[in-house]
Amino acid sequence: MSKPISWIGQALLYGLFALVIGYFSSSPPYRHLPSGDALIKLSFSHEGSLVYQCRQRTPEELAKLAPNMRAPLDCPRERSPVTVEIELDGALDYRHVAQPSGLSKDGASTVYHRFAVPAGEHRLAIRLKDDVHSADFNYHREKAVSLKPGQVLVIDFNQEAGGITLQ
Amino acid sequence: MAGAQTPGAAIGRLMRLSITGDASAAAIGYRRMEHGFDAVFGAALNPWRHLGAIGFLFFWVVALTGLYLYAVLDTSVEGAYRSINWLTREQWYLGGVLRSLHRYAADAFVVVTLLHLLREFLLGRYTGFRRFSWLTGVPLLWFIYVSGVVGIWLRWDQLAQFSAAATAEWLDALPVFATPLVRNFLSASAVSDRLFSLFVFVHIGVPLLLIFGLWFHIQRISRAEVFPPRALAIGSLLALLALAVASPVVSLAAADLARVPGSLALDWFYLFWQPLMYATSGAAVWALVAGATLFLFVLPDLPHAAAAPVAKVDPDNCNGCRRCFADCPYAAIVMMPHPNGIPGRQLAEVNPKLCASCGICAGSCPSSTPFRSVAELVTGIDMPQQPIGQLRDTLELGLARLTGENKIAMFGCGEGVDVSKLAGSDVASFSLICTGMLPPSFIEYALRGGAAGVLVTGCRAGGCTFRLGNRWTEERLSGAREPHLRGDLLGNSVRIAWADREDGASLAAALADFRQALALKRALGTGPILASTGMSAHV
Repeated sequence: MSKPISWIGQALLYGLFALVIGYFSSSPPYRHLPSGDALIKLSFSHEGSLVYQCRQRTPEELAKLAPNMRAPLDCPRERSPVTVEIELDGALDYRHVAQPSGLSKDGASTVYHRFAVPAGEHRLAIRLKDDVHSADFNYHREKAVSLKPGQVLVIDFNQEAGGITLQ
Repeated sequence: MAGAQTPGAAIGRLMRLSITGDASAAAIGYRRMEHGFDAVFGAALNPWRHLGAIGFLFFWVVALTGLYLYAVLDTSVEGAYRSINWLTREQWYLGGVLRSLHRYAADAFVVVTLLHLLREFLLGRYTGFRRFSWLTGVPLLWFIYVSGVVGIWLRWDQLAQFSAAATAEWLDALPVFATPLVRNFLSASAVSDRLFSLFVFVHIGVPLLLIFGLWFHIQRISRAEVFPPRALAIGSLLALLALAVASPVVSLAAADLARVPGSLALDWFYLFWQPLMYATSGAAVWALVAGATLFLFVLPDLPHAAAAPVAKVDPDNCNGCRRCFADCPYAAIVMMPHPNGIPGRQLAEVNPKLCASCGICAGSCPSSTPFRSVAELVTGIDMPQQPIGQLRDTLELGLARLTGENKIAMFGCGEGVDVSKLAGSDVASFSLICTGMLPPSFIEYALRGGAAGVLVTGCRAGGCTFRLGNRWTEERLSGAREPHLRGDLLGNSVRIAWADREDGASLAAALADFRQALALKRALGTGPILASTGMSAHV
């Protein structure tokens, strides 16, 4: 191959390389969510209530323990699983029982769930139960929301802020 | 039970068949494609043969441009987007170009790295003495991806927002975090300046690990090519610079965690797995990448053909000259004190795990000269499967049976064209393990033994299976490297015609041309024949 043709060939191949790099570094465009949808994210990290109450150890029980371990109260650390339900426009959309983390099941229960909904008016009902002894949900939140396309609605749980929050 | 096969052996055989079978078919296709580039770039400058070195080049471009970007980056939630955007808009002529170069070089880096891996896989270069380089290369892919993905987050635009949240969701698919990482990206209030300090730490720290890993990766390669040939480097840099100027990298709109980003200009080189995750699941992507990583790690240890015998040192014929030590392409030879006890005298020692069984050491040994007056030629370091003494015997026999006026001795290698197919009444062919195994004195020996010319062939320039075989051969025959072809023979009836195994027709043409030139020389009764074969490299 003559030199000029070789140079032209090289220029074309370098150009092709640049073209491939340039194109795939930003194309084809990716749309994560259909244009008419909004996104609801449910996420919380919450410690359920303790499963067992503290109780007084009997003298026999204390005698069986090592001297440095003879605490008069026995307080099991296990926490309740947290159950959450989301109702969207009157229909149950999501239900999950989050187990407490940790080997002793004494950590927080965490949930992360996301789902797309068509933008517009929706009626949301969120229910959360964090006590295994309770028959019913002990936290409720109902709200009519108007979601714009592309909007993210975050459902969280913050006890100090009154429980279930929407932002 | 004769003929019985355990399930394990059957699986191993199946894997061997599938891997080697597929790789062989794919390797043929790959080599054809690579040869196509030879026509444009020339064999020595073919970018496919320098992918690792080009990767190094792109890495340094990323590192150097990154220094400037770091100087202007404001590592805060508010400042990150603003500072990078300012660089792109207000200082487009310097900062903007450097930012674009940084990004495009990073993309090119991952591309050439993956191609480098693919090439070595297709050519079956991951077992035996290459096992170490292969295994140390696998973690580098992770380093490249971690630093590249986190680098995208530093611009903190909508792409960064999407990618950071997607990565967090992916990591959360592993049941190891007490609190989901994605909670760090739930709302604007969750993202803190300290998080950006962490991003910067990872984006700078992981490339430092990468440098360390690269150093490991090339540890067992002598004279590792860590910078591509100048022409290739200039061409690659100009291509990236032109791209940076023609299509500057810009940020998308600033991150807004209250909204889902719309259409994203995704960097598919680094982020392809995130759309894949949303199309499947986080667990599926974990299975894919973990499976791929595991496959790459176990690949060298899957059943493969038995390794060839390694080089063997003969203490009585090794004078400790260190030439084999200098020429070994894989640092498989070390010099030890000679057992004969003479002060300062050394002896070569071969590390069998590193030895490629290429025979280049035998070609470098001064004891490998066929002119030695011994009935049985034993050299200082030799290949048990093809001893130098046997080559002398074969050469003598081969030359003796030639007829005609222009007898030609042809030395080739097992990795290049099968030279036995070109043997004839006036051509005696000798196939070595690698052309670098040929001691130059054998050429003189052949000429004195009746050959009118000697044709040396082997893999195309830059494409030696054992890396340095054709380079050392060229240097030895041109007198630039010891042991060298003696000066009074240089240029007289000696040619080199590099040719890969698919180049049989080209080599046959080079041989015919050589034969014609020898005849002309004989007719004129003069002149050295200047080596000009029309192929890639010549003496």
